[in-house]
Amino acid sequence: MSWKGDYVFVIRNLVLKDFRIRYRNMSLGVFWSLLNPLVMLGVLVFVFTRIFKNPSPVYPVFVLCGLVPFNFFSSAWISSTTCIVDNAGLIKRVPFPREIIPIATVLSTTIHLFLQIVLMLGFALAYDRPPNRYWMLLPVVWLPAVAFLCGLGLICSGLNVYMRDMRYVVESVVTVMFYLVPIFYDFSLIPERFRTIYSLNPIAALVLAQRTIILAAKAPPETLMWKLSLSSLGMLGLGLLVFQKLKRRFYNYL
Amino acid sequence: MTVIQFNNVSKIYQRHSGQRLLRDHIREWFRRSEAQSFHALEDVSFRIEAGERVAIVGQNGAGKSTTLSLMAGLSWPERGTVSVSGRVAALLELGSGFHHDLTGMENIKLNASLLGFSRKQTLGMIDEIIDFSGIGDFIHAPIRTYSTGMVMRLAFSVAINLNPDILITDEILTVGDAAFQEKCLGRIQRFTGAGKTMVSVSHNPGMVKTLCDRAIWLDHGRVVQDGKASDVLEAYADRFAVSA
Repeated sequence: MSWKGDYVFVIRNLVLKDFRIRYRNMSLGVFWSLLNPLVMLGVLVFVFTRIFKNPSPVYPVFVLCGLVPFNFFSSAWISSTTCIVDNAGLIKRVPFPREIIPIATVLSTTIHLFLQIVLMLGFALAYDRPPNRYWMLLPVVWLPAVAFLCGLGLICSGLNVYMRDMRYVVESVVTVMFYLVPIFYDFSLIPERFRTIYSLNPIAALVLAQRTIILAAKAPPETLMWKLSLSSLGMLGLGLLVFQKLKRRFYNYL
Repeated sequence: MTVIQFNNVSKIYQRHSGQRLLRDHIREWFRRSEAQSFHALEDVSFRIEAGERVAIVGQNGAGKSTTLSLMAGLSWPERGTVSVSGRVAALLELGSGFHHDLTGMENIKLNASLLGFSRKQTLGMIDEIIDFSGIGDFIHAPIRTYSTGMVMRLAFSVAINLNPDILITDEILTVGDAAFQEKCLGRIQRFTGAGKTMVSVSHNPGMVKTLCDRAIWLDHGRVVQDGKASDVLEAYADRFAVSA
């Protein structure tokens, strides 16, 4: 198929579409993107400072450093998994590169991510963690995460066409991940023998990098950054490769 | 110049195709049974030259829509090859790719970009698209508020004004009021007059006679006859008369 279109223009339009559809009929608009993390934050802070005693004075910032990456992973992963099936009408009727759909879906969740990062940095300021020069590393930490999710989204959206219960598998994994990612607890609490497994978890790596930058005002370890970048590129490559195979029979199965 | 070429094309659907759950895959894995298959197209070959106006006729289930989906690059054949050169605009279903919560204007941009046009090209053509559709001020309202005819006019207007090399339509010109149909016909004639190619599926013999010079008659996934539109239509009508 020879589609010689303007990828940037299509992705822009699709992201705008998602954004408009989601907010056009909402009186609170983008505030909804912030409401969910704020409520979660309130609950977690209540439980882990009032019920379980916690001496950390910056606990809300600490939690947000974990919650923001987790929210991005879960919403981007779930929405990209169902995106091909959700857009079946488009896939069956308009010939354009199918890869665009999962990628645009992941990119439209980055709008919410951006708002939540602003919220997180706002809390950092309020809790006496002023900007330091390592804040400039934050995009370097986030970019691989977005690439990683594009790869993951490509694979899962393709598989979901052939096995419609894929989305339930993803939803269950996300629920479990909430506890397995150090969101409301610290890395130092993890027993030595489980640390290697934890370091393989890309969300955990992201959380660790953010806490090092924002709370400790230090550069994250170089090995961590390398692992994050390489695993993300690998995932994106794998995603594109697998999707190439899967997309040929979308028409028959949608 | 040949713009569309089908070489011994077969399109096979598995009977179970469609919604499947993990348990279906597991069951199949254990049984290792061959799934029942259905040949939507069998060993179909033809070529379409630039500037031809081709109708595909046949009864329901003959493989017409499957043929269009292969031409449009929406699906791949299980056997044989399909080659298409040039930019294709496919109007297979009214307003596919339109989202009812977006305004007409937003839908034009989205649709144009999906059809492969840059931002600049789209903005350059947008006035003509709106003008041709006759939507007027509604262009800034969500298309949820449009009538079926208005959606159809907008969809057609986008596809034809984007000036593709090949226009593929599936039984769409029978919708809309007489005045707009007249306008579409005029526009299609201008389009094909400029050496562009058109392939359309139609059940309307009158439409086929005025719009097309060639017809391909499909039956149960095979080509029965391929030739001058009037000849093929006559043969098709005869067959129908005998069985009726």
